Amino acid sequence: MKFIIERYDPDQDQKPYFKEYDIQLEPSDRMLLDALIRIKSIDDTLALRRSCREGICGSDAMNINGKNGLACITKIVDLKEPVKLRPLPGLPIIRDLIVDMTQFFKQYHSIKPFVINNDPPPEKERLQSPEERLELDGLYECILCACCSTSCPSFWWNPDKFVGPAGLLAAYRFIADSRDQAVNERLDNLEDPYRLFRCHTIMNCVDVCPKGLNPSLAIGKIKEMMVRRGV
Amino acid sequence: MPTKKIPVGAHYGWQDWLAQRVTAIIMVLFSIVIIGFFMIKGGANYGDWKELFRSQLFRILALLFFLSVYYHAWIGIKDVLMDYIKPAGLRISLQVLVLLLLLACSIWSVTIIWGT
Ligand code: SF4
Ligand code: SF4
Ligand code: FES
Repeated sequence: MKFIIERYDPDQDQKPYFKEYDIQLEPSDRMLLDALIRIKSIDDTLALRRSCREGICGSDAMNINGKNGLACITKIVDLKEPVKLRPLPGLPIIRDLIVDMTQFFKQYHSIKPFVINNDPPPEKERLQSPEERLELDGLYECILCACCSTSCPSFWWNPDKFVGPAGLLAAYRFIADSRDQAVNERLDNLEDPYRLFRCHTIMNCVDVCPKGLNPSLAIGKIKEMMVRRGV
Repeated sequence: MPTKKIPVGAHYGWQDWLAQRVTAIIMVLFSIVIIGFFMIKGGANYGDWKELFRSQLFRILALLFFLSVYYHAWIGIKDVLMDYIKPAGLRISLQVLVLLLLLACSIWSVTIIWGT
């Protein structure tokens, strides 16, 4: 099977280039990550991140035939040949398929991704009703793979100012949490033409999320809350 | 130059976002009315237009439509400038230019609508 992989080692290469691989796959190679590990066994200079190999850790996100996704849950049979692999777009390349996620996590941390509650903690835990818990579905499952944010044009142009779909999905996850008491501070923090309103509902984020989440919908809910608060 | 820190938290944004939606709705509604009018009439000629614009109410609606178009365009263009033009000085110059242009368009629209 043919693969074209973008390679770049900043210590040696002037700029990224594409390298072709034609490899013999084994029947046990079912996911793209299996194929990549096979390629790595032939050419161990290829650098990539992976860990859980089951779509949980979010470390092997890459651009697969033009669309961001996780190698470990992308079936080889579904891929068009030659398979073109590139690092996630818009972030600095550390080496080959590995990108520097600093900016991405900076934005994530900026929304304070933890429950803020100043009441003294109860003996056991802060309880939620099943309905309150239900509000978090479709929000808490995010694995922070960055597929969405690095497919969002608004994030490409302003990664230092726009929180991006992953960060905003996380922001709404805490806004929607019945145990969180900081909804106003959270909305204040996002009430900004760059931080939130760079999202123009292009919906690339929804298209690529390997966990089937809808950051665009969550962003719409934040905007709606802000309007309701202000009118 | 101030420090290189990037401050955010301008505490506005939703107003533009809401205005963009409201103006879009006005544009759609007005278009439907116009298309509807000429569907009933079965075509549009100079006489029909003239008749339509005889009513003051319709002129005001038309002005509302044009102002919506300009305001909608202003928010859209401002967004594009904010996306792509990094130096703040150049950005604000272009924004002022666009604003003046749209203001001129608005005045021009008034003179056209109440021209005859
Ligand atoms: S929302 Fe989806 S694509 Fe975005 S970081 Fe979370 S899991 Fe990845
Ligand atoms: S919907 Fe918003 S966050 Fe998602 S890709 Fe589009 S601009 Fe980015
Ligand atoms: S290796 Fe963990 S998500 Fe793919």
